[in-house]
Amino acid sequence: MAIKPEKHEMPVQNPLERARNFKEVALGYDESVAVAEAQRCLNCKNRPCVEGCPVNIAIPDFITKIKTGDFEGAYSVISQSSSLPAVCGRVCPQETQCESKCTLGIKFQPVGIGRLERFVADYHNANFKGEPSLPKPNGHKVAVVGSGPSGLTCAGDLAKKGYKVTVFEALHLAGGVLVYGIPEFRLPKDIVKKEVETLKKYGVDVQTNVVIGKTLTVDELFEQGYDAVFIGSGAGLPRFMGIPGESLKGVYSANEFLTRANLMKAYKENSQTPVMRAKKVAVVGGGNVAMDAARTALRLGAETVYVVYRRSMEEIPARREEVEHAQEEGIKFEILRNPVEIIGYDNPNDRRDPKNGFVKAIKVLKCELGEPDERGRRKPVEIAGSEYEIDVDCVIMAIGTSPNPLIKDTTAGLEVNRRGGIIVQEETGLTSKAGVFAGGDAVTGAATVILAMGAGKTAATAIDEYISKKQK
Amino acid sequence: MYEIVRKKALNPTVTEMDISAPLVAKKAEAGQFIILRVDDDGERIPLTVAGYDREAGTVKIIFQIVGGTTMRLNAKNEGDYIADFVGPLGCATRTEGLQKVCIVGGGVGCAIALPVAQKLHALGCEVHSVIGFRNKDLLILQDEFAACSDKLTIMTDDGSYGRQGVVTAPLKEAIENGENYDEVIAIGPLIMMKFVVATTKPYGVKTTVSMNPIMIDGTGMCGGCRLTVGGKTKFACVDGPDFNGFEVDFDEAMARSNAYADFEKHAREESCNLYKKEVR
Repeated sequence: MAIKPEKHEMPVQNPLERARNFKEVALGYDESVAVAEAQRCLNCKNRPCVEGCPVNIAIPDFITKIKTGDFEGAYSVISQSSSLPAVCGRVCPQETQCESKCTLGIKFQPVGIGRLERFVADYHNANFKGEPSLPKPNGHKVAVVGSGPSGLTCAGDLAKKGYKVTVFEALHLAGGVLVYGIPEFRLPKDIVKKEVETLKKYGVDVQTNVVIGKTLTVDELFEQGYDAVFIGSGAGLPRFMGIPGESLKGVYSANEFLTRANLMKAYKENSQTPVMRAKKVAVVGGGNVAMDAARTALRLGAETVYVVYRRSMEEIPARREEVEHAQEEGIKFEILRNPVEIIGYDNPNDRRDPKNGFVKAIKVLKCELGEPDERGRRKPVEIAGSEYEIDVDCVIMAIGTSPNPLIKDTTAGLEVNRRGGIIVQEETGLTSKAGVFAGGDAVTGAATVILAMGAGKTAATAIDEYISKKQK
Repeated sequence: MYEIVRKKALNPTVTEMDISAPLVAKKAEAGQFIILRVDDDGERIPLTVAGYDREAGTVKIIFQIVGGTTMRLNAKNEGDYIADFVGPLGCATRTEGLQKVCIVGGGVGCAIALPVAQKLHALGCEVHSVIGFRNKDLLILQDEFAACSDKLTIMTDDGSYGRQGVVTAPLKEAIENGENYDEVIAIGPLIMMKFVVATTKPYGVKTTVSMNPIMIDGTGMCGGCRLTVGGKTKFACVDGPDFNGFEVDFDEAMARSNAYADFEKHAREESCNLYKKEVR
């Protein structure tokens, strides 16, 4: 049988319809399409895809199970390596990881590994009724700080090894960036909830409303009898550009805008958290967070949404799929543009005009691409005198974050780098402080869900070794 | 879930509650704040710690009933629970080395000023307090301030109690009369703090203000609470809430504080029973 050169297409909601609702964009494979896509896998000997996966899922093995219709079997294979398959199947950048290594991809499109992973996880969540088999408790306690992707992965892996794990979450809901950052239409919150529930079945205790560094310190966790601590506290303070007008009403950090929309459900009628229902929105930045913010603004009722990015479409750091989805939904890309000022409404004749102090426009300078920088990306060079204004009533800054100081400031002996990221040994995640491990954005600065999960997994292995050794 | 173990109306618009939150009570210091959610669909609102009992594991909050969330909170009674209560957040008010301080409180801000005054008093600092209210009916915490102040001046806008006028009048007199304050600590409405700073600045008396901007997470993630202080962007939740009053851009803070005025008005009307009743 000849191999189908393209991946089986992912069914999606119609772009113009989905741009006005918060339902999931990608609808997922059904059983027959999943089996057909699985059959594209060559099951090659050297298995390069496994190396491309930060948590080393035995990809060809789970795909082989799908081929035979053993979807639960496929789930077992994945869950040996990943604690959050339904999440990863949706938000991992497979095109630069597992799928980029796929042998089939040399000649054709690679196997749709991410789509298959998602199918398997969704199948399991919809059909599995049993309870997981619990490991024998080993009598050791581990504290995990933060319930985002790195923390949940670390907690899941350790719980499966018999550790009593407590996860401390600062917000009122577990999931970290999976609940406050990534929007419902890309990652439904019920899926995150389900993954957290699964971890709880393994005995993981999740304590919300506890801010480590404030409510409790890392040293106090050791005093309470925890044998080791994993810090997965995530990215921190949002960055702003430092241009005039950033304090105007209607200027948000992407974190604030997305938190209001996702975590606080500002899009729902009964939510008590307000978010501006802007008509024209400019999102500054070109990463996945910028795409999420732009598409969320659209769903909140904006008529026009611009993504303002200072390089060209070639350099845009967001996943291609996200950019394409955004374009299909009608997001306008103002590329090679650098904001220089946000202009506010100011009625000189009426100081009490309620519109005063709200955003009116964003002034941008045109750029062209110059020499490559140290990372090989061509630098944007501003073209003098090319500035013009874009009328908007809301500006969302999605230009990254700098690490949160709360834990660093209250933990003696924990070293951080120049940018405030926690310094760790790459192979183990061990910090400069004995028994304290770290991973995810708290270490690397803003990165991806799967890299954070990989770090959580690495640390879980190292914590297990550390505690086993200490015992002897 | 966090139990309301005590509730007391301080005046018709201000309520005091003791909330059972042992972990927060253990750590809380004057000047810090907490974030609470009344129920599952609720918004997260910051309230400054008005007191704590480490033994009993309770934290005291005092709030003015101004919007939908505070109305819903006020509708709860002793023995009821609220969904979330997290803290203590922000930095404690710095009290080291202070010998003589003037505490200026305005309205419900007095609730936040009180624990600072109490702490300074306990540390042996000479405390002069000036507290101001719109009128006699809104006066709160008089006895408590009297107990921890070496000198207490009460001001009302309409003269219905204490002295008539604004808090800056006695403050200015005191400074001119040679009261050498190490520091003035002002907590109240933004406009009051702005004028306190305008009063003390010509004399160069160090002035600390407690900022209470709109917040969501309160841990340095969202950036909604940003202020311009000394020309730089600061986050009230992790860098504050206390700031050097001479450096705070009050006009900007005042503009930002009413960003959701329309939404709040609507929420208030939705929550208020009077609006729901049919007028016959």
